[in-house]
Amino acid sequence: MTTLTAAGAGTGTDTPRTDTWRAPARPGAGRISSYAVMAVMAVYFLLPFWWLLVAATKDNDGLFGSAPLWFAGENHFFDNLKVLFTHENGVYLKWMRNSALYSVVSGVGATAISALAGYAFAKLRFPGRNALFAALLGLIMVPATALVLPTYLMMSQVGLVDSIWAVILPSLLSPFGVYLLRVYVHDSVPDEMLEAARIDGAGELRVFRSVALPAMRPALVTVLLFTMVATWNNFFLPLVMLSDNELFPLTVGLRTWYMSATLGNAGPALFNVIVVGALVAILPLIVAFLLLQRYWRGGLTIGSLK
Amino acid sequence: MKTTRRRTTKGRQALTGWLFVAPFTLLLIAFLLLPMAYALKLSLYRSTLVEGEVFAWFDNYRQALGDPEFRSGVWRVLIFGLVQTPVMIGLALLAALLVDGVISRFSRFFRLAAFVPYAVPVVIGTLMWGFLYSPNTGPLTAVTGIDFLSNNMVLASLGNIVTWQWAGYNMIVLYAALQGMPREIYESAKIDGASEVQIALRVKTPMISAALVLVTIFTIIGTLQFFTEPLLLQPLNPGAITNSYTPNIYAYNQAFSFQQHNYSAAISFLLGAVVFVGSYIFLYLTRRRSALR
Repeated sequence: MTTLTAAGAGTGTDTPRTDTWRAPARPGAGRISSYAVMAVMAVYFLLPFWWLLVAATKDNDGLFGSAPLWFAGENHFFDNLKVLFTHENGVYLKWMRNSALYSVVSGVGATAISALAGYAFAKLRFPGRNALFAALLGLIMVPATALVLPTYLMMSQVGLVDSIWAVILPSLLSPFGVYLLRVYVHDSVPDEMLEAARIDGAGELRVFRSVALPAMRPALVTVLLFTMVATWNNFFLPLVMLSDNELFPLTVGLRTWYMSATLGNAGPALFNVIVVGALVAILPLIVAFLLLQRYWRGGLTIGSLK
Repeated sequence: MKTTRRRTTKGRQALTGWLFVAPFTLLLIAFLLLPMAYALKLSLYRSTLVEGEVFAWFDNYRQALGDPEFRSGVWRVLIFGLVQTPVMIGLALLAALLVDGVISRFSRFFRLAAFVPYAVPVVIGTLMWGFLYSPNTGPLTAVTGIDFLSNNMVLASLGNIVTWQWAGYNMIVLYAALQGMPREIYESAKIDGASEVQIALRVKTPMISAALVLVTIFTIIGTLQFFTEPLLLQPLNPGAITNSYTPNIYAYNQAFSFQQHNYSAAISFLLGAVVFVGSYIFLYLTRRRSALR
């Protein structure tokens, strides 16, 4: 078992490699080819982003008529933004608000529910604990997309489809979050700490809130980040659950624009608006990703080294 | 005195334990077990004009297994997975070995660059590549002379989107595994005269086989559920990307375009069962090789 803290710290503090005495010439050549391969791969990974950034400054004619990877004469970025936010009565802003609402409520909810369950699985003794945790481990491999259509059919029986709850409620379930927090609490919250609080007369709820929860913070941020981004990026579930245009998140909304633009059945094609819409939709993610790098890696490593 | 205290603590803990896992357990039942049971139930019925819903045993499954559209979708994702998985894992492994071997500011930048696509919604990643592939808006056709959206190329083009989006994620997982290994082993291999390339292939790669197994499983699970990318690119070549292009797209269209809920449930259940059982078999078969601890 590797703890989250150990995994997170592993990357910043590498000891520099010292290829001093053995064959100093060869590693030099190896290094250059390593850099060359990495440079080619970096271009591959970043090319679409560069294209998006450039394309966002073009109007529709520029998108089709100018060199794809370089700026055209005029900068239309702000015109595009204006159209983006006013097109179809500003529905893009609604989609953005929906995406934010769904991901914040689902993320916070899923993290809270996973924290309670993960802590209980790691530190509390109650009958049925092991059986329930075994069930969780067994079900962690059930593919999410196979559940979407049955969940839709089931929820339509109780009239819950085409509402915000149809997207939020299924997103609150995060078996992976529970698993990750259980591992983290098990490894990094000492029993003695909890026992000491109990002896001081604290109730179980208080032990959890004042002792365990603060100690779980790094793992909680990781789970929050992953569940929020998962909901922000989710497509299949809202696509199936929602038919009201006003309830769409960004992913589903942008797809409807893209469909009507490519099929050409909704007046003038607005590819430039779609491009700017895509750029605005990924900006919060890129910012969150750059600011919270440590937590991203934490979640990935704990998933791999169980 | 002490024993009563302990007993009440125990009772309190049991109650708190149940309360703490209750919300999660309810969600697990409501959004995992119930949908699975409901899909199973639906899949065993058929709706008929005369009698309404009738119990039909495994008729829907029999129909699915003999349905050429469903079968061609299954074949497509299998072939896709067979080609795309090794390509992407290979790329991720190469990237991870490079980042692990060269410690510099550039390799840190490279790690970021490779991982950013993972943070982008699949919908938007696919949109960007759709524009890049299109001869009208993208540079790729002009540079290579290949029409990436033609009938022969579109599956490979979809594979490229998946590779672009997930290679960096897999790289980070593999890189983290490499970082967890003791460095002394590499040093002694070096003293024995092994070159950097030999160390990478003969020492480092076998040592992270557990992580390799893990990312392979996740990739296979992902490819079998292939849905968003082909659905998004469908308007660019509806002739090639049909309504039964992948099993998930087929199930989706059966449910929403044709109201065939029972048949759709059977396909969903079949797909879920295959992925579920398949990943456990794979885990079991590779258990010995991946048991590094």
